[in-house]
Amino acid sequence: MTTRIDRRMAKLKAEGRPALVTYIMGGDPDYDTALAIMKGLPAAGSDVIELGMPFSDPMADGPAIQAAGLRALKGGQTLAKTLKMAAEFRAGDNDTPIVLMGYYNPIYIYGVDRFLTDAKASGIDGLIVVDLPPEMDEELCIPALKAGVNFIRLATPTTDDKRLPKVLENTSGFVYYVSMTGITGSALADTAKVSAAVTRIKGHTALPVCVGFGVKTAEQARVIGASADGVVVGTAIVNAIASVLGPKGEKTADPAEAVATLVSGLAQGVRAARLAAAE
Amino acid sequence: MNKPAMPNSFRTGPDEQGMFGIFGGRFVAETLMPLILDLEEQWNKAKNDPEFKAELQNLSTHYAGRPSKLYFAEGLTKHLGGAKVYFKREDLNHTGSHKINNCLGQILLAKRMGKKRIIAETGAGQHGVASATVAARFGYPCVVYMGATDVARQSPNVFRMKLLGAEVRPVTAGHGTLKDAMNEALRDWVTNVEDTYYLIGTAAGPHPYPELVRDFQSVIGTEARAQMLEQEGRLPDVIIAAVGGGSNAIGLFHPFLDDKDVRIIGIEAGGRGLDGIEHCASMNAGKPGVLHGNRTYLLQNADGQILDGHSISAGLDYPGVGPEHSWLRDSGRVQYEPILDDEALEAFQFTTRVEGIIPALESAHAIAHAMKIVPKMDKDQLVIVNLSGRGDKDVHTVANMLGMEI
Repeated sequence: MTTRIDRRMAKLKAEGRPALVTYIMGGDPDYDTALAIMKGLPAAGSDVIELGMPFSDPMADGPAIQAAGLRALKGGQTLAKTLKMAAEFRAGDNDTPIVLMGYYNPIYIYGVDRFLTDAKASGIDGLIVVDLPPEMDEELCIPALKAGVNFIRLATPTTDDKRLPKVLENTSGFVYYVSMTGITGSALADTAKVSAAVTRIKGHTALPVCVGFGVKTAEQARVIGASADGVVVGTAIVNAIASVLGPKGEKTADPAEAVATLVSGLAQGVRAARLAAAE
Repeated sequence: MNKPAMPNSFRTGPDEQGMFGIFGGRFVAETLMPLILDLEEQWNKAKNDPEFKAELQNLSTHYAGRPSKLYFAEGLTKHLGGAKVYFKREDLNHTGSHKINNCLGQILLAKRMGKKRIIAETGAGQHGVASATVAARFGYPCVVYMGATDVARQSPNVFRMKLLGAEVRPVTAGHGTLKDAMNEALRDWVTNVEDTYYLIGTAAGPHPYPELVRDFQSVIGTEARAQMLEQEGRLPDVIIAAVGGGSNAIGLFHPFLDDKDVRIIGIEAGGRGLDGIEHCASMNAGKPGVLHGNRTYLLQNADGQILDGHSISAGLDYPGVGPEHSWLRDSGRVQYEPILDDEALEAFQFTTRVEGIIPALESAHAIAHAMKIVPKMDKDQLVIVNLSGRGDKDVHTVANMLGMEI
């Protein structure tokens, strides 16, 4: 069974360039604006969209994504609304993969079976759930695989060769390599170490390996993209939204435009990656 | 609906996956997974190592002052006119609460594991003080995360931690209480995986923390059980302890779980009442969910967002509870009851006047429940209340509530 993620990653591989994976928080700063931002992502050069499900206690996220989640929750965002957002996007775009990213509790409360049914119906292709390691696979990972939804696992610098097979066992779609030990939005790790880690993971799996945590600029995207199959950018995009919001949350410029400008630059970065690597 | 069959023993959990029934588990980011697996392995070795046990025993006796006394509260008993009330005097331990029991155990684990830095979260500051104390004693740098609201209402403990050489980092996220401090401690841990030991203060978090904290705190119940047998020649009829995360309670309860005739009652913070959201009674008014590495009863909304809750007592101001308590609740072995802020405040003052003991506001919740049930009990019945800490840290809060300036 191939999914939108498999098809998109295979297409990019054929084109000889890494994927640009962009993260936005569902409902940040409000539902309509977030939907407009999301709709603008593919044209700006995003290949895969990670759609954040806001959670009150995001223990692996730095201040920027914490704040984005709070803005979304304050604006009335719920898991049901995030699924609706995905469905509205999907109505106009049948190719760009959507990966939901967040924490387990809202899914658990929504009900795992009901969630998977509704996620499929909303055009969701994959899930990244930060607080579900392989030890907890029975909770959501196995049911998701049975439902035909990719379960994308995070591998980290603490995931050694002994543990990697366990992490990769039920992973599908792609592997998300977390570039450093830390929270989202921290400074980028040593890029040489990151490429070494990507090579190490590729020794264990045929799946594409995307790298995230700390990538903020087109130049960083270019460097990371030279070895990785994809580059994930989150905090920088969320910051672009925050930068056009006033002290009371009022918009001082168009957030969708701010995001599109940033993403276009990042897209040029990933497109230059393999050219640079080939030189 | 059939109730689950009663287990032969209530003392065998957790299972290999760290589960107590459906509760507990290891719901953490992959970065932390190798660390908690390593901790579990080291803990399994340490708990069977005579050298580890001897060192902990020695420190418990000569540094913490154990065993703590089981004290017949004659003044309170006389006023209530029912069962005999005993206090398990954890307030007499070094640092003034039960928290030192767990901190001594975990600092020895950190030492065995070769860690170089200690982090901790704290609500009332009791665990922060105990962590800072053992860090000072063993020469570790220590960072304590504490909600900004709690920093303000527990200023004496903040100063104590600073004197002990710890760095106190106020956390402004959320309501600035224990939940937010725990999030921030987890963010520190995920960033500093190489050298940092996370000294969790309560019997919650990912496996193996609920088990190891319980085991370090079970000295409370083991002593109390033997002391009651020695002083009264029989087991108590009722034992009571306050439950925030639930470490003092599980410490008292665990050795009694298979004594079927001992009624066990855990007291949750009822705050301003269970009707609204201004309480922390997760087992009376919450539902199961996943937070801070474990599945347990949580205060949350219909979308699975965690609520902040409220309690007059910073140590009970947490929207969750240790997973073993959730399991004991559902299995029916332990009964969990709420006590309101006002009732705790009344018990705080009453105990101070009739016993000459100023209890921590957390412990005052347990005493308040005893004050409700003891008058209805027979004079030859026996009750143990866990006096988990002393109340000096709370005098500013109480003065405020009573409209006094100090």
